[in-house]
Amino acid sequence: MSSVMTAPGTGGATARKSESVWAASWRRLRADKVGMVALTVVALSLLLVLAAGLGLVASGWQKETGVPNAPPTFMGPGTAESAGAVESAKGPNVDLSDIDPLAPKYAEWTERAKQYKTDETPRAQTLPFGADRLGRDVLAKAIKGAEISIMVGVLAAVVATLIGTVLGALSGFYGGKVGDFLEWVYNVFTAMPNILLIFAFAVVFGRGVLPVVMILGLAGWTGIYRLVRAEFIKHSVREYVRSAEAIGASKASRMFKHILPNVSHVALVQLSLHVVSFIKSEVILSYLGLGVSVDQVSWGTMLSEAQNELILGYWWQLAVVTVFMAVFVTAFSLFTDALRDALDPKLR
Amino acid sequence: MAAYLIRRLWQMVPTLLGVVLLVFFLFKWFGGDPAEVLGGLNASADQIQAIREQLGLNKPVAEQLLIFLKQIVTFDWGKSWATNESVAHLFATRLPATLTVMVPILLLEVLLPVPFALLVAYLRGRAVDRAVMMGTTIAVSISLLVYVIVFQYVFAFQLGWFPVQGWSDSLWTNLTTYAPLPVFVAVAVALSPYTRLYRTFFLDEIGHEYVRTARAKGLTERTILLKHVLRNAMIPILTNISVALPSLFVGSFLLEVFFSIPGLGREILLAVNRSDYPVIQAFAIYIAAITMVVNLVTDLLYKLVDPRVVLK
Repeated sequence: MSSVMTAPGTGGATARKSESVWAASWRRLRADKVGMVALTVVALSLLLVLAAGLGLVASGWQKETGVPNAPPTFMGPGTAESAGAVESAKGPNVDLSDIDPLAPKYAEWTERAKQYKTDETPRAQTLPFGADRLGRDVLAKAIKGAEISIMVGVLAAVVATLIGTVLGALSGFYGGKVGDFLEWVYNVFTAMPNILLIFAFAVVFGRGVLPVVMILGLAGWTGIYRLVRAEFIKHSVREYVRSAEAIGASKASRMFKHILPNVSHVALVQLSLHVVSFIKSEVILSYLGLGVSVDQVSWGTMLSEAQNELILGYWWQLAVVTVFMAVFVTAFSLFTDALRDALDPKLR
Repeated sequence: MAAYLIRRLWQMVPTLLGVVLLVFFLFKWFGGDPAEVLGGLNASADQIQAIREQLGLNKPVAEQLLIFLKQIVTFDWGKSWATNESVAHLFATRLPATLTVMVPILLLEVLLPVPFALLVAYLRGRAVDRAVMMGTTIAVSISLLVYVIVFQYVFAFQLGWFPVQGWSDSLWTNLTTYAPLPVFVAVAVALSPYTRLYRTFFLDEIGHEYVRTARAKGLTERTILLKHVLRNAMIPILTNISVALPSLFVGSFLLEVFFSIPGLGREILLAVNRSDYPVIQAFAIYIAAITMVVNLVTDLLYKLVDPRVVLK
């Protein structure tokens, strides 16, 4: 009704209707400078991830564009390694063609070799951020690795939040036998050492992006379950839910249409908290070889390569990955803090 | 009190049973076939069949489960399928190494951040506080792996202050030579998140009415923080420590792999890769039991710290 009465200058409907929770949170978030900077960094990173996913950037990360271990440009080309460990013989070359049994075939082989075109790709002596052991551009790898690591973190957090929210809703809303059973499942999962759960699921699911998402999601839903359950217990006896029951709203409708929107901010904050922790877990899993498959690159696989390179003095891959990860994770954590403050001003 | 203890201990039984069932079916249905893992690539079908028979893998699933349950009740953990070492012996020989690293880590992790966080809470709102908060945020977002790699490289490889990795048979040599670097890494990594967390605990307490009362009656800020706030903040700190206590094995596992420490964590990774069921099962139950006992002890400690807490 209010939509008909557009009062000039007051922004229409908002004049009559009270501000929605999400609009109020957005207003609070916009006032938070640190939060907005963090949000910008996160949004830009996600755009980069999207671009990498669509193949717009870093699609050629597997190309060996530089010389092996090419240093970053600002350091200048690396000193050529003194490969001449074995000194070449000093004396004159002896003509072996009389006794060489392969001599008659050389001409034929040269002919045959000419049929194949060898591509001489010029390799750069330096790259903006250096190259890895094979001469692949570290910057492209870090972007591609960001795509995998961030995607795994976000998807795993979504899986964990879904499991935690649905089970928490069921347990908190129904209570009784269902609640007891789910509490038992929760107890079992929390009593199991997390690392064993992750290893066990890793054995079950194998390697790759989707398996890692499932592993982390299945092993990490318990905290969300606990919080959502507490919220549902609190809300299920509130007046608005009882009124809904009185007018005949079904249980599913009360759970997911009435209560869920009122507790979704809890789930949202947990979701973003878990993104950070799952990104870190993915890095460790991939480092151990339990994560993404060998033909993919993630921050974890890069770190495991970087460890060996560091000993030889090639520090750039380690530095680039660390900076990429630190920037994204810091921004995401700060954004999460701002989000929590904005969604739940009471906590401040 | 006795009734409370008995009830709490009794409640552990269904949870432990759940852990056993979860581990059993996870590895039974989805894990690799232990016989094939043990037989190797060149084993013939007959040999694999023989291994299955020897391990009792061809019995019905229910019977296998029953055997495992019987083993748990009688504390007979059996032998590792891969090495034929008895699981009890395996634990007894690997646990000391894990503890040699974990006990110092735990002590330092608990003791160091408390004064640090108290200081930051005292300086709340000032530039130092904000700088520490920003620094810790960044420090937390760097992967644990980077810390291990860089610390190992700088302090062991470049500066030569510690051995890069290794372990010996003597407890003293281990404590003074091999353990310091892993302990250093773990504590350095843990300092940031713990300082942040404890700071919020202290700030929560500082916001309470009793602090205002204490100020009103003229106590110095120092007395208030050290006597009133610290004691009240011990409850969330204790909870936090108890949560971290069993999960320290995750950290220890990574450290053990990095620093070649022959501890339990490394053993469990091997066992998972070999589908060595008796070891996995024993480990799961052992950690689950530790977790639950730690939770119980924490609840008892609440009572000690805060006499108002009623155990029910």
